[in-house]
This record gives sequence, structure tokens and C-alpha cells, in this order.
Amino acid sequence: MDPECSQLLPALCAVLADPRQPVADDTCLEKLLDWFKTITKAGSSLLLLQENPCLVELLCHVLKPQDLSSRVLSFSLRLAGVFAAQEDCFQYLQQGELLPRLFGEPGPLGGAAWTAPSVRSGWIQGLRSLAQHPSALHFLADCGAVDTIFSLQGDSSLFVASAAGQLLVHILGLSMQGLAEGHPSLQAGDWPVCAQKIVGHIEESLHSTAVPQITQALNVLTTTFGHCHDPWTQVLWVRLSPLVGSLLEKDPVPAAHSLVDLLLSVARSPGLSSSSCGLWETLAQTLNHLSPTQAGPLALGILKLQDCPQVLRAQAFVILLQPLACVLKATGQDPGPSGVLDSATGDSLTVDVLLSSKAACVGLLCRTLAHLELLQPLPQRPCPWPQEPLLGAAVTLLQLCRGSASPASDVGRHLCALLLGCVRVQRAALDFLGTLSQGTGPQELVTEVFAVLLEYLRSPDSSPTVLKKAFQATFRWLLSSPKTPGCCDLEPHALLVLRELLPVLQKRLCSPCWEVRDSGLEFLTQMTRHWGGQAGFRHALLASEVPKLTEQLLRDPESYVRASAVTVMGQLSSQGLHVTPVSPEHPGGQQKSLLVELLHILSTDSEGFPRRAVMQVFTQWLRDHHADVAGDTEQFMARVLQVASQDLDWEVRAQGLELALVFLEQTLGQFHSHCPYAVTPPVAAPAGSLAQALQPLCRVRLFEFAFRALFDCDRPVAQKSCDLLLFLRAKTASSSGSLEESRSGPDVASVEAALQRWQAGDQGQPLGDLEPEVVAALDCSQALNEDSLMG
Amino acid sequence: MLDCGLDMTSTLNFLPLPLVQSPRLSNLPGWSLKDGNAFLDKELKECSGHVFVDSVPEFCLPETELIDLSTVDVILISNYHCMMALPYITEHTGFTGTVYATEPTVQIGRLLMEELVNFIERVPKAQSASLWKNKDIQRLLPSPLKDAVEVSTWRRCYTMQEVNSALSKIQLVGYSQKIELFGAVQVTPLSSGYALGSSNWIIQSHYEKVSYVSGSSLLTTHPQPMDQASLKNSDVLILTGLTQIPTANPDGMVGEFCSNLALTVRNGGNVLVPCYPSGVIYDLLECLYQYIDSAGLSNIPFYFISPVANSSLEFSQIFAEWLCHNKQTKVYLPEPPFPHAELIQTNKLKHYPSLHGDFSSDFRQPCVVFTGHPSLRFGDVVHFMELWGKSSLNTVIFTEPDFSYLEALAPYQPLAMKCIYCPIDTRLNFIQVSKLLKEVQPLHVVCPEQYTQPPPAQSHRMDLMIDCQPPAMSYRRAEVLALPFKRRYEKIEIMPELADALVPMEIKPGISLATVSAVLHTKDNKHVLQPPPRPTQPTGGKKRKRASDDIPDCKVLKPLLSGSIPVEQFVQTLEKHGFSDIKVEDTAKGHIVLLQEAETLIQIEEDSTHIICDNDEVLRVRLRDLVLKFLQKF
Repeated sequence: MDPECSQLLPALCAVLADPRQPVADDTCLEKLLDWFKTITKAGSSLLLLQENPCLVELLCHVLKPQDLSSRVLSFSLRLAGVFAAQEDCFQYLQQGELLPRLFGEPGPLGGAAWTAPSVRSGWIQGLRSLAQHPSALHFLADCGAVDTIFSLQGDSSLFVASAAGQLLVHILGLSMQGLAEGHPSLQAGDWPVCAQKIVGHIEESLHSTAVPQITQALNVLTTTFGHCHDPWTQVLWVRLSPLVGSLLEKDPVPAAHSLVDLLLSVARSPGLSSSSCGLWETLAQTLNHLSPTQAGPLALGILKLQDCPQVLRAQAFVILLQPLACVLKATGQDPGPSGVLDSATGDSLTVDVLLSSKAACVGLLCRTLAHLELLQPLPQRPCPWPQEPLLGAAVTLLQLCRGSASPASDVGRHLCALLLGCVRVQRAALDFLGTLSQGTGPQELVTEVFAVLLEYLRSPDSSPTVLKKAFQATFRWLLSSPKTPGCCDLEPHALLVLRELLPVLQKRLCSPCWEVRDSGLEFLTQMTRHWGGQAGFRHALLASEVPKLTEQLLRDPESYVRASAVTVMGQLSSQGLHVTPVSPEHPGGQQKSLLVELLHILSTDSEGFPRRAVMQVFTQWLRDHHADVAGDTEQFMARVLQVASQDLDWEVRAQGLELALVFLEQTLGQFHSHCPYAVTPPVAAPAGSLAQALQPLCRVRLFEFAFRALFDCDRPVAQKSCDLLLFLRAKTASSSGSLEESRSGPDVASVEAALQRWQAGDQGQPLGDLEPEVVAALDCSQALNEDSLMG
Repeated sequence: MLDCGLDMTSTLNFLPLPLVQSPRLSNLPGWSLKDGNAFLDKELKECSGHVFVDSVPEFCLPETELIDLSTVDVILISNYHCMMALPYITEHTGFTGTVYATEPTVQIGRLLMEELVNFIERVPKAQSASLWKNKDIQRLLPSPLKDAVEVSTWRRCYTMQEVNSALSKIQLVGYSQKIELFGAVQVTPLSSGYALGSSNWIIQSHYEKVSYVSGSSLLTTHPQPMDQASLKNSDVLILTGLTQIPTANPDGMVGEFCSNLALTVRNGGNVLVPCYPSGVIYDLLECLYQYIDSAGLSNIPFYFISPVANSSLEFSQIFAEWLCHNKQTKVYLPEPPFPHAELIQTNKLKHYPSLHGDFSSDFRQPCVVFTGHPSLRFGDVVHFMELWGKSSLNTVIFTEPDFSYLEALAPYQPLAMKCIYCPIDTRLNFIQVSKLLKEVQPLHVVCPEQYTQPPPAQSHRMDLMIDCQPPAMSYRRAEVLALPFKRRYEKIEIMPELADALVPMEIKPGISLATVSAVLHTKDNKHVLQPPPRPTQPTGGKKRKRASDDIPDCKVLKPLLSGSIPVEQFVQTLEKHGFSDIKVEDTAKGHIVLLQEAETLIQIEEDSTHIICDNDEVLRVRLRDLVLKFLQKF
């Protein structure tokens, strides 16, 4: 610790110990604790305490009965734990009997302060830090802390309860570390005291009839098997698995969710040999015993396992598919040729759950769809994957939700009544349908998919979130449409869909709901990005009113929509799809270009999102040598940088630096500093002298912009400016010899003085017209060395 | 009589009435029978495969043959749409009763009638077709004329004089006001949340309650919210006037309306909205008020053309007490409750009584026009259909659910303009009805048959029908239904002096009885117990009394007995009093106690006791007194 801190420490401790000076802000205590952690990590805690007796005094002081805030007490407990993590320091504190007084019965544990959750949490965290060495284990056993931790598992504060569980896992792991290598014996007497106590408590809890206790025990075990893969965990599982198995004999199975988590945690544990400890049998048994709702997550977990018997996988997949198989059966559809769904259809329990209530039905279907969506892209997904029936089920669900399916059976009609207008199922089914686009399907089914998507996009009853999902799914399906070999354009069927889609999009762009307009624009952005260069798409788009409507949305009252419209317009313009409308005020006169319009937004829009979007468009335009920019790049750059430098939004300023960097690269050559291992192609030296090369940068006032950004109060902007200037220095360093004489000239001095004033916060004075020579000199000067830049 | 709406769908069979001569309509070919007989070609015209009657439009009246409307004492009106047939009833059936309705209902109903009369009368048509109505001829006509029912009862529109006369028979009522009807029942209007002044009615006696729920809405629009609490504890709830488009969610439709409107206008087209001059138009204008700026439509003019446009917009602002809470609070700010006032102030919304006059000079395109009539058969809308129908840039947006938009458009075919159907019906849908019934819990629900089964076109939609327990009683046209309750009790008032004289006797804890001798006085279905007149002292006159002077006999009454006789104790008492050889037999109704020695039989039943002995009056009185010991007297 540096002496200055040492000097301050007694005063700090005095403030903390003084109840009349309450600490209003928790975060300063957190920072202080972090600082102590850093110090103790780097050096001896014992030495620290010996050199700074005020710390021990503080710890003693908080134990006195007084009106001390719970924050300081909690902090002190955690601080004591941090110190006691080192065994010699632990012994030091033990000599003064400080630790038992802090963490044992006489401490806050028995007092009124214990009612504050922060104190209980501090107590646990203190012990968690402390429990690092064998002495700590003895201490824990002797002071009765383990029993308190057991009781804190059921604490009213979830944070405390969760931390108590994790502490138990930590203590168990620590105590088992002491055992000799290899498997410990199954005899309970051979296990360390703490471990015996914890495992005994877990066994007792698993025997209990109270569900919260069972849940706590299962959660501790789940964390244990998830974090610790030592051989003793296998012994632990062998010892406890009969008890866990006995939970399955109860009806209903208690704490089913925690049980599923435990079994999956065990199955994933590399420390356990699943085949030898009967885990697969337990998993199969559990799948059979749990209700369809509870079994879903287990089935998904099993299917995600890398090594798992095929029979178990098949069983899990059948369970996962059951709800959708019921939907297909209820609507009189063929579950498909794969047979997997066929075998899943007969489960009356699933039908009962589906029909029991709207909440149960919606919950089960949403979970099933989400599980299958997660499973679909995985390499270990079941094979054969029943793509066709799943597509059918997703489409049917969407039709049921709209009331457009006409089921013949009573179950189907009941389902229809339950699902009608259900936004949750609609969203889940659309997400799933989108995911299924990665597979194929027969043409008639794909036609049906597009029909149902169009139905959703057209429907006035589709909620904004449903519409967004429908747009996303539509895009994914358009993307997956089979392509004509050698051609990137949309295939004929997709083009037909597009023609039906564009009038819908037109209407959605006029929706009174801004979320809908925004989703419509995002969809258009995606489409233009992919097919903007393709003739079929271009023709269909230009024949519609969409580009015109999009341009009108640049003046939308909602900033998100304006931002999206800016992005789309930038892209349409890049692709040559922007049609400049004839202004009714000036027929035949000069039309307002998009560039002018975007500049107007950049300088006047009151919200940040549209301005950021404009900067991104401009950066892309500069990269792509867009015609509007390439005509007079310097004028464009000067104008944009001038506006961006005055912007209040740091992201706009940062994006301005990005734009400046692109300009620099185009003027001086590529920027490669970001990727040190990349193969650097030979850079063509800028033609002519350096001064000549820097001239355009000076003309667009790039340096003034960059230097101003260097002193920006927002760190990312300053950092980006550093990157830019470092790049510039690297570029100028090699050829700055000719400019040597300028370094000490009067211009350089005045600019340096101005920059120093800027650094001090006075940015009112402009730098004036910078000459290339001055810039090069400045850039190389000591004042802007790398350390100061990065500082 | 509950409501008297007018079926205006009959007008769809007629050709539109153009404001100015329409060459297209007047040049339509006459229709002739298959055999080429053209005797109907003056009456019937053909347009794009449909046949229309070329005559003044006629309306289908309420059922008049089932009951004699002159015997109707009271008509209860639910909302302004449900009173459009009133002049036909009050002026032409001998009706002499009273009509009850709220003030906004009457005022806006008057506007609707005035507009209707104005639309029809301002384009007088000399021709009146009646030949086609002949039953033998009608069956030869193509559908839908062939299938039109009771065409002989169809009538031309009433006159303004008849409207005024009909409206003068209306008595204004306020929400929750109790109105006595002949002492027999009390009726009370409750807010139904559908339109300004719209009501549900409670019809109740002292022991029975019938609720009439018609045209109600649970959505938050401009009117006062629906009063559900007062509908509780109904014996019968008569439910009608549910949404006509249960699959169309009004919110979604308003969004659709705005999107299509903006899309058309941005493309340089005009939008025509056929509508009534009151009701949903207020909500649409409010939505547009919020939407036009955001959609960049601030420069687009909105025109509202109706003979009653001005009155409608102004009336809406003065019925503060009938509005929803939000709008009521605005009045105290003070601000106009509806934002259309601001639209008018800022010249964004302009209203005109008709196309003629100022409108012609102000008219600017592209624009949005709200005008009537939604049937597209009369009113200024006919002119706009003819004017804008040829361009695909223009759009007609149907928002009123009363008419099939395809039928409404039939005489304008072929049509290039876009047609959008956005029916906005805020009345209860089946999900809301189901919640309402769960909340209100009537003993019985009575409703039209159509509500008890899914629509024929969507037979799987079990959600599109009323689902309640016990199942709703349904009725169909001209069916007579007995409501499922019997009137078992009447309330009788007792005069205070008579009540004072009563001496109640407690026969069970909490139950006291008293005998009363009184005169029951019944007038106007009210019953009162009055003290009997004192017996007049004989004056000694020999005059013969007239029958009307008769007063009831006021004999000294024997005490009334109550209680039951415990047989075993009774037998013990008999034995104590020296009776022997007692035998008890059980019978179906009670017991028989046989005193064999005395040759006497005591028959004890639930509500009578008989002592049968052989002319031994002393024994009988002795036994009687023993029986009386077990009973209470009062």
C-alpha cells in the first residue's frame, strides 16, 4: 500500500466506525472492498494488518453494541473474510478471538442487526472468502457456522438463500480436497467432519416431506456436480442416487424442476461415468414420471447431451414432440412419414394438460416450441429430423391462433377456442417457423408457410410484436427459398410472394403504431441488403410505392422509425433504388437530394438515433464511393465533421471518427493496427510529399475534429480519437524528416498551447487553419506520445 | 315494447339516388324476364349482373301483424340507432303510449332521422315501383329480390312532420332514474357504454327483475362506461345487439383504417368514408387527430358532409354528463371534450351541410370525406362514388357494420377505386359477453337464436356463440316465448295505524306472527291494507241498507292455533286424565288415537285434528281442551 493511502486509512476507518456519519452510498464500500482485495492479492494480509492497526480496530469496533449501519457491518464482515483468506492472517485474527466474535454466536448472528439481509449476506460472503484453508474448516466446524448456513438456505432473501447454498457447495468441496487422491470410501465415518455434516443434512432434506427442503438439497447437489468434477463426486452420487430415485416414487414428484436440473447436471459432469452409476435408467424413469410440462426441459437436456444411449434419446424426443403431435392429431393431420411423431400421438396425459386450461395449454406449447427451436440447429439434434410434420404443426398452430383452421374433432375445436388470439403462442410459433426455414419442405407445405405468414402480415389483429416475428420469419423463408443455380435472385415462387408482400408492407409502413412501421422498415432493410442488386427484386420494389413511403418516414414523429428509415434510404440509395420524388412545390426544379435531407437530419434532429443512423449511412457511402459522396468528397467530409463535432450524442461523435478513419485510409492507405497477425499487403505510398497528402485532411478540418475528440469527456470517443491519431502518426513518422524544421516553429507552439487549454477544459478557442507541416510536427511531438494518448 | 329499429338493408335492392343527374345510372338497361317479356323494364334496372328497383328506396318496418301496436303502452329505447322506425309506429298504428329514452338518444336520433329524410326528400323521384312486389311476379325475379321478405309491408321514408310528432311522444329519462309503469313494474335506464345516451333497461317488480341488455360496449370510447353492477341478481337477462362482426377487433380495424387512409392520401388519392353523422365518427376523428401529424397528413383536408354535420359535432360537445370520465374532466378545465373542436379550429376538419354551396369552392384534393349514407343508396356519398369510382388512386373505406359492403357497391360496378372493409363495431363480442354473464350471474339468459350457435360459415368457432349455464333460451322471428319465472308474491303495504295495532307473538326465535283484520285496497297494481271501518252503530232507522254500504262482518275471531301435537305425550296426558285402552295407529298423513272404551277417535294430521265421538259434546270439549294444551294460540 502506498504511504498516502496508509496515512488516510485511520481517518477512513474512523468515518466508517462513526454511526453519526452514515455511508449513504453502497458503491463506495464496494469499491473499497475491491481495493482491499487487490492489495491482499498482491501482498500479505498479515503485514497489512500489522502495519495498519486501525483495520483490526475497525473490526473490533463494529462488534460493540451501537447504532452502526448494517452496510458498514456487512462490509466489515466481508473485509474480515478477505483478510482471513490467508492462513497466517487467519491465525493472527484468531489469536484475538476476533473471528469467533464476528462469525460465531456472540457476533451479529445473535443481535438485532441480523434482521438486515445485507448483514446476513455479508456474513455469508465473509465466510466464503475465509474458507480457503484447512484451519478455516476447523473454525467452521467449531463455531457452529455450518448449522447457521443450513438455516439460511431457507432465508426470506433470495440472494442470501442462494449464497448459503453456494457456500455449502464450496465448504463441501474444500473439505473433500483434503482427502487422499482417488475415491474416498463409501463409509460415512471416513469423510471429513464438515463434509459428513453437509452430506448428512442433504440426506435428511431428501428424506423430508417439505418441498422447500428437498429443493434446497437438490440445488446444492446441482451446483456441486456442476462445479466440481473430482472423483469423490461419483462416490457422492452413488451414495445419494437411491434417495434421489425415491423422489420419483412420490406423486406428484416433489421439486420436479430442481430434480431435472440435478439429473442434467450429473449427466453433464465429466467426473461421473454415467453408465456405471445407473444414471440413464434414472433419467428414463424420470421422463416417465414427470408431467408433460416438467418433462420437456429434461427431454431437451437429454437430447443436448453428447453421449447418450439412443433409446433414451428416442424416448426424450417422443416426449418433446408429444404436444405438437397432439395438435396435428386433433386437427386431423397426418403426423408424417418419419414415425417419430406417430409414436408420440397417443399420450392422453399431454392431451389432458393441453385441454385443462388456457394457461396450461399455452405454457406447454410455448415451452415445446422454444425447446425444439433450441434443438433444431444443434449438430446432435435427433436424426431423422421430422421437418415436415413440424412445419405442419407450426403452420397449424398459427392457423388455430387466428381461427382459420377448421378442426373436425372436439379436441381440435377445444384447442382452437383456447388458442384463439393467443399472442404468446403466435410469437413462439413464428420464431419456430423461422428456425425451420433452415431445413427444406415439400413445395406445397412451403406455399402453406408463406400463405400463413402473409395471413399474419395482412391481419389487422396481429399485434406489433407478432408482426415483427412474422416479418422475421418471412425473411428467413425468402432467404431459404431454393435458388436458381448460378443466380442469386429470388426464385420465381419467392418473387410471387414478394409481389404479394409489397402491398402489405406498404400498408404497414402507414400503420398508426410506430413499432409496426419500424418492423416494416427493418424487414425492408434486410431484403434490400440481400436482393438489392437482383433484377427481380429491384423491378418489384420499384413498381411499388414502398421507396416513396419509406422516404416519407424520414420525417416520422417517432425517432426509432426515422432512424430505421435513414438506414433503409441509405441502402436503397446505395443500390440505386432511391427514386427522387418530384417536388410539388418545384415541378421540374432542383430536387432535394437524399444527401441534403440526411445532412438536415444530422444537424437538426432532436433525437440521437436518427443522427447515429445518418452517420452510419455516410460512413458506408464513403466506403462504397457512393456517387453523392464521390462527387465532392472533401466538401462532404468537411460538412459532416463540422456537424458531428458539435453533436451532443457521443455515439455520433464516435461514428464521426469512424468516418474520418475511412477518409484517412482512402487518403493515406489502409489501417491495419486492429489485427496484428493479419498479413499486411504492401501499402502504396501516398503520391507526392507527406504535406501534400495531408492537405485534404487539413481542408476538411479533420485534425481539429480529432483533437477535439481527444479531450472528449466520453471515454470511447477519446479512445477512438487516439486510434486515429496513432494511425496517423504511424503514417507520418516514416516520412516526417522533411518536416523536421517545423517542430519548433511558432505555429506549432501556439497550436500546442491551444491544445493544452483544450485539455484543461477550455475548448472555446478554435485551432484555426492548420498547415500540414504543423500537423505532422504536432503528431510526432512529445505532447502526444502514446502514453499520454492512452491515459 | 323494447326498441323499434328500422331495417334499412331493404334499400340495398334499390338504385342509388344521385344528387345530380347521372348518365351512367339513367342509362342502365331495363330488366326483362327470361322469355323476353319487358313489362318490368321501367321498374327494374340491371347493373353488372345485378337487378335493382328504380324507385324511391323503401324500408322494412318492424313486425306489425303479431301484435296490435295500438295496445302497446310503453316503448323503451336503447340507443339512437334503435328508434329509427318510431314515426311508423307512433303515427300509423294507433299507438297512444309513452316512449322513454335519454336526452342524447332523442337528440342524436332526431339528427339521424333528419338526415335520412333530407337525403331522400332533396332528390324527389317521381317514379314509385310497385309492380315487382306482386307475389307472382316477385318469384320470377333474380336473387336477392326474389328472396326479399314481406316486400308488401315496405314503406317509403317518413316526413319531417311525422318525425317531430313521433319525437314529441318521447319522455326524457336519466341514467338510474326509476320510472313507475302503472304501479306494476319499475323501469330504469342504465348506461350501456355503446353510444352517447345509450341504455340498458331494468324492468323490475318487488320480487322479479328482468334486464334488457342491448347494444352495449365494454371498450373505452367516448360514452359513459357500461353499468354492469346494476344488472346483478336478474331473474332473466334479455341479451341482444351484440357486435355484428365478432371476428373484427375494433382496435385492429381502427389501425387498418388509418393505414389505408394514409396509404391512399400519400399516393395522391382521395378517401371516402361512408358513415352515420354520429357515433363511431367521433372516435375516428379522435384517432385521426392523434394520427395525422405523425403520418405527415397535416395538410390534407378532412371534410364532413351531412345536413346535420354541424349539429352533430356541436351536440357531442355539450352532453358532458353522458361522456366517459376523461372527457367529463376536460369540461372543467375548461376544454371541449372531443378534439374535433381543435381540428375544426385549425381548419383541418371542415364540415358542410351538403355538396352545394361553400364546399364546392373549398374543395381541394387529395382529401378525406366523411359522408352518408353508409348504404350508398342516398346522400352525398352517391355523388362521391360516381366522382371518384373511376380512379384506382381513390379508396372507399367502410366502417359501419350495418350493410354488406359488397352489396352496397353492387350498383357502382365496374369500380376502379379501392375498397377497404374496416367494420368498427364496439358492441359486446362473445368473450366479453361470457365475462359479463359470469359477473352478473342472471338466473336465465334469453337471446336470439343466432347467438346460440357458431356462424354457419365458421361452424368450428365454438367461441363465436354464447356459452353460459344454464344454456340460454333462444327465440326466433315471430316466436312467442314465456319467460322462465312465475310471479308468486305481491308486496302489500300496511297502514301505520293498522301496524300499530298488531300484537306479534313469537312462535319461533326470530319469527313472530300476528293476526290482522283489514280491508285490502288495490289500485294501480298497488295493494294497501287499511284498518277496517268501525262498525257503525245502528241508527235505529228502518231504511234498507244499500249494497254499497255493506261493511265486512267483524266477528270476534277465534284464536289461531299453531304447533304440532307430540303423539306419545298426548297419549300420556290422556292416560293421566283417566282414559284407558288407548290405541295409536299410524296413517299416511299422521296418526289415529283410538279411545276404544269411549268409542272415540282422534285423527291427528299435519294441518288438522278431528275428534270424532258419538254425540258426546262434553267428551269432545274435554278432549279438545287436552289437544289445545299442546298448541299455541294467538
